[in-house]
Amino acid sequence: MPPVTHSFRELTRKRDFYAGGLMVLLGLGVALKGWSSYRLGTLMHMGPGFLPTALGVILTLLGIAIAGFATSAPVAADEDAERILPQPPQWWGWFCILAGPALFVICGRYFGLVPATFACVFVAALGDRTATLKSSLVLAAIVTVFGVALFSYLLQIPLPVLTWRIGQ
Amino acid sequence: MIATALTDLWYGFGVALEPHNLMWCFVGVLVGNMVGVLPGMGPLATISILLPLTFGIPPVGAILMLAGVMYGAQYGGAICSILLNLPCHPPHAVTCLDGFPMTRQGRGGVALGLTVFASFVGASWGITEMIFLSPLLVRAALQFGPAEVCSLMLLGLLAGSTLARGSPIKGVAMTVLGLFLGSVGTDLETGSERFTFGMTELDDGIELIALALGLFGIAEFMSSVNQVAPINTRYTNVGLKDMRPTKADFKQAFFPMWRGTIIGSLCALIPGTGPTIASFVAYATEKKISKHPEKFGTGVIEGVVCPEAATHSSVQGDFIPTMSLGIPGDAVMALLLGALMIQGIVPGPQLISQHPDIFWGLVASFWIGNMLLVLLNVPLIGIWVKMLAIPYRFLYPSAMFFVCIGVYAANNDFFQVGEVAVIGLLGYVLLRLGFHPAPILLGFVLGPRFEENFRRAMLISRGDIGVFVERPISALFIALCVILIGTQIYVRLRGAKPPIKPALYPPAGARPGDLELPTAAE
Repeated sequence: MPPVTHSFRELTRKRDFYAGGLMVLLGLGVALKGWSSYRLGTLMHMGPGFLPTALGVILTLLGIAIAGFATSAPVAADEDAERILPQPPQWWGWFCILAGPALFVICGRYFGLVPATFACVFVAALGDRTATLKSSLVLAAIVTVFGVALFSYLLQIPLPVLTWRIGQ
Repeated sequence: MIATALTDLWYGFGVALEPHNLMWCFVGVLVGNMVGVLPGMGPLATISILLPLTFGIPPVGAILMLAGVMYGAQYGGAICSILLNLPCHPPHAVTCLDGFPMTRQGRGGVALGLTVFASFVGASWGITEMIFLSPLLVRAALQFGPAEVCSLMLLGLLAGSTLARGSPIKGVAMTVLGLFLGSVGTDLETGSERFTFGMTELDDGIELIALALGLFGIAEFMSSVNQVAPINTRYTNVGLKDMRPTKADFKQAFFPMWRGTIIGSLCALIPGTGPTIASFVAYATEKKISKHPEKFGTGVIEGVVCPEAATHSSVQGDFIPTMSLGIPGDAVMALLLGALMIQGIVPGPQLISQHPDIFWGLVASFWIGNMLLVLLNVPLIGIWVKMLAIPYRFLYPSAMFFVCIGVYAANNDFFQVGEVAVIGLLGYVLLRLGFHPAPILLGFVLGPRFEENFRRAMLISRGDIGVFVERPISALFIALCVILIGTQIYVRLRGAKPPIKPALYPPAGARPGDLELPTAAE
């Protein structure tokens, strides 16, 4: 074993440090919530909080182990292996992809299936670097036509095609 | 015993050949093949996206269709990896090694033709195995009490998470996370709501479809957007007449195909070792016994046929524990089991006796579906090849729509669409931190049943945790768990080196980790 020369700063350059840290956070959260809000019961008569609390504790221990292994391993020679965000980060693409479902919910709730489909596909398509307004509009229109035909008419999804529910 | 199996199989063919069931099987294979061939769409994404379409179908039709989607997608993935060098599904990573060089030599069609054949042989063997082994396993499993079921599930979960891709300890962490997510919602025994934070929509728990589509849909799109290398369609001009192998090709492929089939079916018997390990082991074995190992990686037929046969035979074999014990070996099986549960069918050893139409219909439909696959792929290869050219920037926005509407259609509730976005974001964060999200699904599907059996076992034993090692069968499973963990620790301490040095042509779209060898294959 090499002598432990890693400073905390070096540790923060490692991906597994954060991976383990996230697990510890999740595990502690689950265990504390399960322990404080729900009855644990006994082994023979387990309450609702027993399993979640136990899982939270296990997850915390696993998280410590993951982060612990990170301290003993050398920093990967390959820069990409330790990088949490890809280079370059795709903030715009990620935003567009997550905006798709959000718009689907909003438009679907207030205006119906056609606007929801159109908005979702259009915005998601804009996330690509090479996408243009025109290409996204065309794609959204095509998917809307086929999607509405398939889901509304063929599969009979109980979502109105077009509606106006603002103020109701 | 053989006679009963054959009678049951005959009955199964009767079920599977009913016109509407046949139609669902055909639709499943066709759509699965079509979606699976699209670059970037592996079987997991394909099944999750198509899962909502099966809600209106009766259980038998739904499971036949989903199974069809699965092997259709798998075969579609083989096309993608041979012609484009893009392994959308981990088992195909080794198919690329010799498949793509063959394509560069203009023999991609032959590789595809032989793959169809090898898949069929592998699958047929796997199905035969399923017919004879499942009833035996069921007979044993019906004797199991809650303690045995519990330790068996523990073994399944551990095997599924440690033998998969990437770091075993991270896999276990993901399984634990999945078990936790499975406990969200109303506790069945006490009726109290857990981790719903006051949201009544979460009373029924997290929706399986939202979880699957978040992890394998949205998280995948987020990691692929603007990161996918432009697709090189230079070699994809393959037609029907290119697919016919010569007699010499055939002779060369014959024995590797059978070796792959046997390796695949053996791998399927070990819990947790799915198609990925089977294909790696098959390739490594074939290379070792070959008279010309140095030619592997330059486009030899054996290197394509053997892993493909192994993959298909092991996938069919994976259905054995899934259907007869209710314990899935990997995320694909977990998803299929979840689909059965959505249809109101309780998985477990009683499934075969209570729903013989589902089990034997499924077995028979595998054969019919694989025949359909051959029939579809040989004449329609030109169409599939054209689909390879669809760019990702059109693909993922359209898939986003299917994700949203599919999740909505599960309960006609917009809340779940929001759920899928949140899970997708979490899944992407986990991906970037080096976790593979597949074991989450495994834990999620098994979680509620694990808790139920654990509680029952503890109630019967009056709170004595020693019951798990006192009952002999349960003790055996626990011992296997300990061996499994022990081996992992041993391999880790010794320092693992992958025995295959692959990638003369590194796959263009492969993310780091796609070619990582599962440590257990050593």
